[in-house]
Amino acid sequence: MTLPEFFGCTFIAFGPPFALFIFTIGHDPVRIIILIAAAFFWLLSLLLSSLLWFAVIPLRDVLAFGVIFSVIFQECFRYIIYRILRSTEQGLHAVAEDTRVTDNKHILAYVSGLGFGIISGMFALVNVLADMSGPGTMGLKGGSEFFFITSAAQALSIILLHTFWSVIFFNAFDTNNYLHIGYVVGSHLFVSLLTLLNAEALYIATLLPNYIVTVLTGVLAFKVAGGTSRSFRKFITCQ
Amino acid sequence: MDGHVNLPTSSSSVSVGSPSDVGVGSSGEHLERPPKRQNYGSSSSNHQEHSDQPDAAILAVPNVVIRNRLSGGGGGDGSGNPNQNELEEEQGLKYGAQHVIKLFVPVSLCMLVVVATINSISFYSSTQVYLLYTPFHELSPEPSVKLWNALANSLILMSVVVVMTILLIVLYKKRCYRVIHGWLILSSFMLLFIFTYLYLEELLRAYNIPMDYPTALLIMWNFGVAGMMAIHWQGPLRLQQGYLIFVAALMALVFIKYLPEWTAWAVLAAISIWDLVAVLSPRGPLRILVETAQERNEQIFPALIYSSTVIYTYMGTHYTPQQQQPTTSSPSSSNSTTTTRATQNSLASPETGAAARGGSSSSTSGNPPHQQLPQQQHPQQQALLTDDNQALATEGMPLVTFKTNLRGNAEAAGFTQEWSANLSERVARRQIEVQSTQTGSGQRSHEYRTVTAPDNRLSAGEGQEERGIKLGLGDFIFYSVLVGKASSYGDWTTTIACFVAILIGLCLTLLLLAIWRKALPALPISITFGLIFCFATSVVVKPFMENLSAKQVFI
Repeated sequence: MTLPEFFGCTFIAFGPPFALFIFTIGHDPVRIIILIAAAFFWLLSLLLSSLLWFAVIPLRDVLAFGVIFSVIFQECFRYIIYRILRSTEQGLHAVAEDTRVTDNKHILAYVSGLGFGIISGMFALVNVLADMSGPGTMGLKGGSEFFFITSAAQALSIILLHTFWSVIFFNAFDTNNYLHIGYVVGSHLFVSLLTLLNAEALYIATLLPNYIVTVLTGVLAFKVAGGTSRSFRKFITCQ
Repeated sequence: MDGHVNLPTSSSSVSVGSPSDVGVGSSGEHLERPPKRQNYGSSSSNHQEHSDQPDAAILAVPNVVIRNRLSGGGGGDGSGNPNQNELEEEQGLKYGAQHVIKLFVPVSLCMLVVVATINSISFYSSTQVYLLYTPFHELSPEPSVKLWNALANSLILMSVVVVMTILLIVLYKKRCYRVIHGWLILSSFMLLFIFTYLYLEELLRAYNIPMDYPTALLIMWNFGVAGMMAIHWQGPLRLQQGYLIFVAALMALVFIKYLPEWTAWAVLAAISIWDLVAVLSPRGPLRILVETAQERNEQIFPALIYSSTVIYTYMGTHYTPQQQQPTTSSPSSSNSTTTTRATQNSLASPETGAAARGGSSSSTSGNPPHQQLPQQQHPQQQALLTDDNQALATEGMPLVTFKTNLRGNAEAAGFTQEWSANLSERVARRQIEVQSTQTGSGQRSHEYRTVTAPDNRLSAGEGQEERGIKLGLGDFIFYSVLVGKASSYGDWTTTIACFVAILIGLCLTLLLLAIWRKALPALPISITFGLIFCFATSVVVKPFMENLSAKQVFI
């Protein structure tokens, strides 16, 4: 069962992001580079938050401390990458083969958000996946048998959330919409802190609200990017 | 290593220097950048054939000189435009974006092979046997002893690398092409047969698959011979690239297995410093190599470089008799011959045929007038060094080169037609320049010129040249060593962090290349990033992430 579980959880967590990558990123070299650059910035933020967690020895066991600062660092780096992308926009416009990258400013936000999300999901899940492939099986002797699948589902929601957050966040800074900025930071904090409950195996209490937040954030990002219910209906009906 | 020479000369001769020439020679990489200029009006002119003869080439030059619009189309022609530089840069960057990806893919594949092997075949992650170059085995538990062991080992290894690199340069300077090729062929032979056999054996053992010797021999023979042909002679581009990647991965596995742990890290640091020195210092061996190659208008040893675009010349298609005969001149002739394809990197394949990478004859059909070099030129890189020594030498060499290759297929290259047009110009210029510089040596000039320019222009309409990017196989090897070593500790986050850091380093290197337009080493930035992230991740980030994922906390 370990191998099927491994593949199942891998596809749950990374199937949708992979599809997004293939269909929206992979064909454009500039987008791939931006994706990797965003991943790199997320790594930097993780490094900073880890350093902080590592340095403050007495609070190492209090994960909430690390989580809060990690969220703050991530949002700071999201802002940094926003500044960088906006300041290099002209250069990108000159360089990009596909000028849609710069004509539609949401694309940059989306690509960098996906980069944040993918690397974040990978860091959260990749070692769990490695353990998942065997030889041990979770849940035989203590622990919850839902550990893996909930981890994978949670990782997927984080990946999608990062994508949505970046779209909202970039637009919020473009339009000085502080409410949206507050929403991004607040919902990020909320989601991350809520996952602290996972340690108690309260999966319903964490996954359900997190997916509700994910859907709401997705709707908000869709609206921010100029979508309307009409355009959504058109999209669904393939018009 | 390549391009430097050309730039100055070209600029002088032609109103606008051809940027293309810029080569990054050093071990790390060198990029030659294609000149960004495009000929507009010239395109028509470009189409003209170049005779192999120098005269023709010269004539062609003026056309080349005129550059017209760049992608925007706005650019003025004329040599004098101020805009040209900007345009060139833009094109260079644009070019860069596609080529960065073209390097990302093989680098990632190479790392993937190494990481997958390390994680599935335990043979490669532990060692009781050591290389001759590392007499100190770090058996002591004392960190201080390990440290000096590692430093001593890496010093010894680096001095071997330096000596081998210098030997290579001397041989190249003396035009001992046969010796160099023999060396490279021997190396790739060993890698493709002996090391591959070891790999196969361990692979079968790891998965507990029984196989009889005749079958194994049959597989080895077919694999090895096909590899030798693809690398040193000709074959489909993908096949050749695949073999080069595999060979680089094998070499990386050898390093990972046989180097003591601390030594491996010390060597990674030392090699990137060496790369920096060898490429950038005025008397750096790799720089000399590149410049010499440029002077000769040859490619650097194909065996040592992975090129994103290989141009196969069509062998028989059209070639000017002149060229062949001129080749008779002793040194040049040798080069021109198939054996030395390396010399002629930049063959232009006449046309669309690019598609015909496989060296398909099809290209010929399209362009009658083109002269093709008799030889097949593969810009390809040849196999790495098999022997450690050789390997070392190669490592020194890794360069990223942007070369202007002519290709039939724009598509393959991913270039727009404009680019291609420009490229042809560039090539022409280059050739011309070369000729001018080399007027002294008539023989060579003939050969080289013929090679590149004519075809491109002729086909110019469609023909595109590409500038392929070339990355030294040494870079592949050491990137893979870093990632493989990181993954041997069993932590995937460290592996991913190293991977991302190396790719970002590669991006930055290419960006700097686009800005500075001179040969740059590919290793220093990437390896520095990789080392920093490797250690930072395994020491600081890993415990944090383990804590988080054990409690299923997501940040």
